[in-house]
Amino acid sequence: MSRSDWEVVIGLEIHAQLNTAAKIFSGASTAFGAAPNVQASAVDCALPGVLPVLNRGAVERAIKLGLALGAHIAPKSVFARKNYFYPDLPKGYQISQFELPVVQGGAITIHVGEGDAAYEKSVRLTRAHLEEDAGKSLHEDFHGMSGIDLNRAGTPLLEIVSEPDMRSAAEAVAYARALHALVRWIDICDGNMQEGSFRCDANVSVRKKGATEFGTRREIKNLNSFRFLQQAIEYEVGWQIETIEDGGKVVQATVLFDPETGETRMMRSKEDAHDYRYFPDPDLLPLVIEPEWIERVKATMPELPTAMQARFERDLGLPAYDAATLTAARETADYFAATVATAGDNNAKLCANWVMGELAARLHKAGLEIDAAPVSPAQLGSLVTRIADGTVSNAIARKVFEALWNGEGTSADEIIEKQGLKQVTDSGAIEAMIDAVLAANQKSVDEFRAGKEKAFNALVGQVMKASRGKANPAQVSEMLRRKLGA
Amino acid sequence: MPLSNEQVERLARLARLAVSEDAIDTTRAQLDSIFALITQMQAVDTTGIAPMSHPQELAARLRDDVVTETDRRAAFQAVAPQSEAGLYLVPQVIE
Repeated sequence: MSRSDWEVVIGLEIHAQLNTAAKIFSGASTAFGAAPNVQASAVDCALPGVLPVLNRGAVERAIKLGLALGAHIAPKSVFARKNYFYPDLPKGYQISQFELPVVQGGAITIHVGEGDAAYEKSVRLTRAHLEEDAGKSLHEDFHGMSGIDLNRAGTPLLEIVSEPDMRSAAEAVAYARALHALVRWIDICDGNMQEGSFRCDANVSVRKKGATEFGTRREIKNLNSFRFLQQAIEYEVGWQIETIEDGGKVVQATVLFDPETGETRMMRSKEDAHDYRYFPDPDLLPLVIEPEWIERVKATMPELPTAMQARFERDLGLPAYDAATLTAARETADYFAATVATAGDNNAKLCANWVMGELAARLHKAGLEIDAAPVSPAQLGSLVTRIADGTVSNAIARKVFEALWNGEGTSADEIIEKQGLKQVTDSGAIEAMIDAVLAANQKSVDEFRAGKEKAFNALVGQVMKASRGKANPAQVSEMLRRKLGA
Repeated sequence: MPLSNEQVERLARLARLAVSEDAIDTTRAQLDSIFALITQMQAVDTTGIAPMSHPQELAARLRDDVVTETDRRAAFQAVAPQSEAGLYLVPQVIE
């Protein structure tokens, strides 16, 4: 039996750390990288007699996500205690949501694959609930003891749970990327995966094609990069298929991915899985979200990527591919919009070409993010304007762009002026250059007359060279043809 | 339904309570009496009554997203059994 006889079923649970200033139930700071335990308040340390008070900012971020996903925002949701013992969880329970989460349902569109194999798909969300993070355990040797840092304890998280709608590692990665872009777009999470602000757990199972029942799933925990997510799922799928084909059985379990070996290994099986004994937290009253609050949050929401993509296609006439690429990240979309604001809507396609082409390539080469680009949107916009009005050719524009990048001037116009890059459109001057080139290249002229189109291109090239790239190639070509009587 | 000794042992393990063998029968009897009360409550017809998570019809009060706490590590660690390099020390646990 081959791999193609099997269908893969994947659901993801993603923990997004919310970018609030204070913790979810205390007034301690959430800033990353502080000295151990200096941001652990009495509530975070679970000292006797303390009570949690919910942070409005965390709820507001949950509302934003719900709106962005087209989900139901529960008018009343309940916090529950998830009970387990671990030293970095000083209360002996994590405050989470169980039966009544704040965000219910919703969906997100993902883009999978490239070129002709590319397709779109909608992935349904089950829920997203608010909860607190635990502290950190350091198992280096403190005389045979573990060290506990509670700075992270009480940091607000949204656990975002998908339906088992994904059918390949590529779809799972596309979903995680789409959600990652969205939480950053609506500014509820910084998305920093190295610092653990966005962590994925993947539930993976396989079944024979055409089967209606799901296979037994195993959960891969704590994947903190898209590459690991892809590798871990691919390994796990291979392992499960092999196990079943060899006559074995997949047992429900939690597994860890080892980036060193690229393998998944069992952490605990279902038999010794936790029994969390959830119950409503008596310390916290139900969270009530009035419709007016949702309306107020809605008014502050930025235009969402899907809406912006549609607008770029409709109002700016961009191809779907360009519109999707430019709205993949908020920073790129903002940069593009600002460039168009300078260059004008009529030049939107040219702006798109420059942002996705020259700028993206230059950023990639320099290892920079778009919000740190040395060329501002206004500078690029004015350069695009000069291409559009014929002041410079595309080739010269690349020189101007490079000069702007290197800080050789503050505006495209200044560089064009200072470095004498203005396109020569004076037909008298071009004609003189053409005459000189024709006189010096009789061989090419003869070849062209004998029917060799290649020779014509060589002549255009010579004229362009004579103008040091400043002539308009279209104009040169047209005048040259007229001269040669073609 | 009366509990079995195995169930009592499992509950003790989940709650990290050391219930000695002699105490299991007594503990089971005490738990059984609590469950008897629960069984009695479950006999009440609650059809059409929405479950509640809190006895009062009140909504949670919220705090603004502002940092109000200062560093009190020294005071908290003064009452901790053991600490070092700013960390609380606990018996080693590796899952």
